[in-house]
Amino acid sequence: MKRALAVALVAAASVAAMAGEEKVRLKDGPGLDKVQQNCVACHSLDYIPLNSPFLDQKGWEATVTKMNKAYGAPIKPEDVSVIAEYLAKNYGKR
Amino acid sequence: MIDRRRFIAGLGVPALASLSSTVSAASSIWQPSELPEGAAATLDSLPGKVPLIKRTYRPPNFETPIEYLRDPITRNDAFFVRYHLSGIPQKIDAKAWRLKVGGDGAGRAAQFDLAGLRKEFERVEIVAVCQCSGNRRGMFQPHVQGVEWGVGAMGNARWTGIRLRDLLNKVGVNKDTVEIAFDGADGPAMDTTPDFVKSIPVDRALDENTLIAFEMNGQPIPHWNGFPARLIVPGWTGTYWMKHLTSVEVRTKPLSNFWMATAYRIPAGKFKGVAGFKTQETQANQPITDMVVNSLVTSIRDGQRVSRGQVVDVSGIAWDGGYGIRDVEVSTDGGRSWFLAELGRDLGKFSFRGFRHMFRPTEAGEAVVMVRAFNQRGDTQVTELIANPAGYHHNVVQRIKLEVA
Repeated sequence: MKRALAVALVAAASVAAMAGEEKVRLKDGPGLDKVQQNCVACHSLDYIPLNSPFLDQKGWEATVTKMNKAYGAPIKPEDVSVIAEYLAKNYGKR
Repeated sequence: MIDRRRFIAGLGVPALASLSSTVSAASSIWQPSELPEGAAATLDSLPGKVPLIKRTYRPPNFETPIEYLRDPITRNDAFFVRYHLSGIPQKIDAKAWRLKVGGDGAGRAAQFDLAGLRKEFERVEIVAVCQCSGNRRGMFQPHVQGVEWGVGAMGNARWTGIRLRDLLNKVGVNKDTVEIAFDGADGPAMDTTPDFVKSIPVDRALDENTLIAFEMNGQPIPHWNGFPARLIVPGWTGTYWMKHLTSVEVRTKPLSNFWMATAYRIPAGKFKGVAGFKTQETQANQPITDMVVNSLVTSIRDGQRVSRGQVVDVSGIAWDGGYGIRDVEVSTDGGRSWFLAELGRDLGKFSFRGFRHMFRPTEAGEAVVMVRAFNQRGDTQVTELIANPAGYHHNVVQRIKLEVA
């Protein structure tokens, strides 16, 4: 977990982690590694619980797609659904 | 030192600045269930700030606890912090800072340092509310996506600097100019992410109240609020108040980046009376512009117990998009009858205006307190939320239930 964060932060050398964000812990589950690889380069992971639990699978997919298309996050197409599934399952509308 | 704790309701706890004090959630004036589950607020610190309500760490989005909004002027160290992108300089050297002015509508290009701006232009000041467009987004039902703010993504300060107009006149503004665009020293973490650049209509830029500020409440602007210079667009929402200002671009064509064309939009015609932004409007939507009239009760919270015969102080702040507050009305019977509240000192039409109304509940049971502000144009707050996809302009009249025993 820590390693993934470190790797992602090195990739985005201009951005230092903010004090406190290391306290944010996401739920364990399939796809968490992809979430960490892709999301933390640009933002702390508390954005995820912040927008929980009112997004369903479709809503999370739209969000991940927006990160890719509108914000230019280099998410591999095959990872989009893995990430969205993790988010919907762990932080989705029930 | 970082202090982090779950919020519990506790309005009225005196030790404001103490790290160990219990501070109420901004949501405490609404039913807590109105905030999304994951938005459960924690207090945390940014360098130079008192513990604020942490929404996100990076980019930092921190909200002002309601206790600090009781004073119509918001303290610098309690003023909310909002960033879109995480490429934020750790520190900015004021001596090395430069402001570039140019663009295809400018008579000439120029560059200024801080001392030059201070020396060449008249020093002016204004008291003005800076409110995030999405303030109260967390109270939207159904919820909309974004930073799930409570009531404290706003603050009011005395801003000192120079008129943008004076700077623009110095370089010259061609007659075919339509917008002035602004960039700041902060930017995206990745080159593929659109940089946060915003524009305002040329007439708003030339308005005497639009400033480039260097000071906030008599001190240098705190880093997290835009040191060493930030744009002040009184009346308009915070999205236009560019922090860490580095560039002023005089444009003969509208700016059409993500932050103008896609983000910060409201449905066309849905909010009556808001200012237009002609060069950015489409059939479907228009940019958010000026703030709608609003008020916030800061002295009591929903569910609070009071004693029959005990005087209850209903006080708070009211503000709008720059027409100025005319009246604030308070109801203590769920909206059946309304009383004019006493208004606090007038700090100018762009400022928070304090209000107060005292009442003595005489019957046991529930007393529903409501407050509605009116501006000088006669606009008032809505009773039903006006739904919009980005969660802007939440000015629904509060309903605060007191338990009278």
